[in-house]
Amino acid sequence: MAEREQRRRPSSRSDESDAEEIDAANTGEELKAELDDLLDEIDGVLESNAEEFVKNYVQKGGE
Amino acid sequence: MAVHKVLGIETEFGILHRNDGESNPVAASSMIINAYVNGFLERRIGWDFEDEHPGVDARGFNEFDALAPEIETHLVNAVLTNGARYYVDHAHPELSTPECTDAKQCTIYDRAAEEILIRSMEKANELLPDGEELVIHKNNSDGKGNSYGCHENYLVDRAVPFGRIVQQIMPFFISRQIFCGAGKIGSEAPGLTHAEVPFQITQRADFFEEEVGLETTLKRPIVNTRDEPHADSKKYRRLHVIVGDANMSEVQTYLKLGTTAIVLAMIDDDMAPNDCAFETPVKTLREVSYDIDLEMSHRLLNGQRASALDVLWAYYAAAQLWSDRYGFEVVGGDDIGNDILRQWHDVLSALESDPDSLTDSIDWIAKRRLYKGFQERHDLEWSDPRMAALDLQYHDLRPDKGLARRIGLARVSTDEQVNNAIGSPPPTTRAYFRGRCLERYPDAIVAANWDSMVFDVGSDPLRRVPMLEPLRGTEVHVASLLDECEDAAELLRRLGT
Repeated sequence: MAEREQRRRPSSRSDESDAEEIDAANTGEELKAELDDLLDEIDGVLESNAEEFVKNYVQKGGE
Repeated sequence: MAVHKVLGIETEFGILHRNDGESNPVAASSMIINAYVNGFLERRIGWDFEDEHPGVDARGFNEFDALAPEIETHLVNAVLTNGARYYVDHAHPELSTPECTDAKQCTIYDRAAEEILIRSMEKANELLPDGEELVIHKNNSDGKGNSYGCHENYLVDRAVPFGRIVQQIMPFFISRQIFCGAGKIGSEAPGLTHAEVPFQITQRADFFEEEVGLETTLKRPIVNTRDEPHADSKKYRRLHVIVGDANMSEVQTYLKLGTTAIVLAMIDDDMAPNDCAFETPVKTLREVSYDIDLEMSHRLLNGQRASALDVLWAYYAAAQLWSDRYGFEVVGGDDIGNDILRQWHDVLSALESDPDSLTDSIDWIAKRRLYKGFQERHDLEWSDPRMAALDLQYHDLRPDKGLARRIGLARVSTDEQVNNAIGSPPPTTRAYFRGRCLERYPDAIVAANWDSMVFDVGSDPLRRVPMLEPLRGTEVHVASLLDECEDAAELLRRLGT
């Protein structure tokens, strides 16, 4: 990957604009859960008859 | 100087009618939209298909006899007080956000669209017999070779040669997949098995067969040439982008819209990279989507090789130069522009050094972690139907079933902003005029579309108010006028139509 190294990585300007960080993405970390807890929860909500759900899920093409 | 990147998103949602015997997706989609219109809106306002001819500026007193029968021939169509269009397209419920002036605003309206679909689904399900259920997914594929779109649109300068747009946007579209992809188990491209492509970055790459073209339903092109500006066609194009996924992650929607708006502004100003064209764009589109370890490099037309990351860094560097010269006014101002550049930099750095650090912001990376964990826990192959079910359920909009909303994805919007955007238009585009008129004079509006509205104020002929400038009719322009006018007749008098 020589080309990759040749390309100079421009630096971020976040130093200049830290204060301007709009309220985007600032509530993310509070929602972080351990994968295991997550998988427990997912086991609880997963469709009980997964095979049939998938089989019946047929869409018409769109756009 | 580039034109302002007015932008929007159109999403076709997946729909399933459970336990209905002979399921009819057109009827199911109509039920969804009718449930919303009848349940939450004061009055149904139809869509005006005169919009198909935006060059015809019917300013003033116009007979309007062709409208009624034309509406009859189309499926359910409604205009909402937030300025959005909500309708049945093919066999899907589709919602087009109102015109927005920056990526963050549009991300809020995209999330509001989800909430509108959730409310519609819940309302419709109250009306269905016991045991039946309508289920909506925000995804782009059924896993069986059928795809439906999430399209973006951006206002571009008509004076820019279309060939330049094609040449300079295509490498970006191909490369941006690595931070825009919603992820998918398996491949729907002919001849590929789960063993070859167990998991890929995007939902859509499998379905693209051409570089440039007009089609959207078959032989889909990477750059779509539909030329419906829904605005003054002498001044503007509206780039209709079909090569994207519907994201559950707000951060991705924001980054997708924000970076693409900047790249299109760079193209308007002729400052986009010129040396990144891939030698085989359609093949490369898929290779990038299948390369989940981000290891591949691809041959460029100039004989060099570059990875998707290399290309994105080149566009990022050009964006820095462009913004030094022109500022961020045309993408929504310095706060938004600097934030997009910062997040663009950060997401590329993370993809390069530690992709797993993006599990809270990139759908395909969040999915990969989840799916691998699930696989190990239950000892499943990628091809197991339970894995496919998981991959559908990630996009399920039912609050008690959907996975994406319970895994801690970072937000761009707040609940308050989303709630407001469900009923109120963006203040900064003509959608403001459309939405406020619908809210204030619902009985006097016959139909509306992107670039005009048709009023019926009683004895006079129907009147069309043209709105060919996306940045006119904003809160600043018309709020006090609308507040002052008691009825539509007064409004039209004062508008001088």
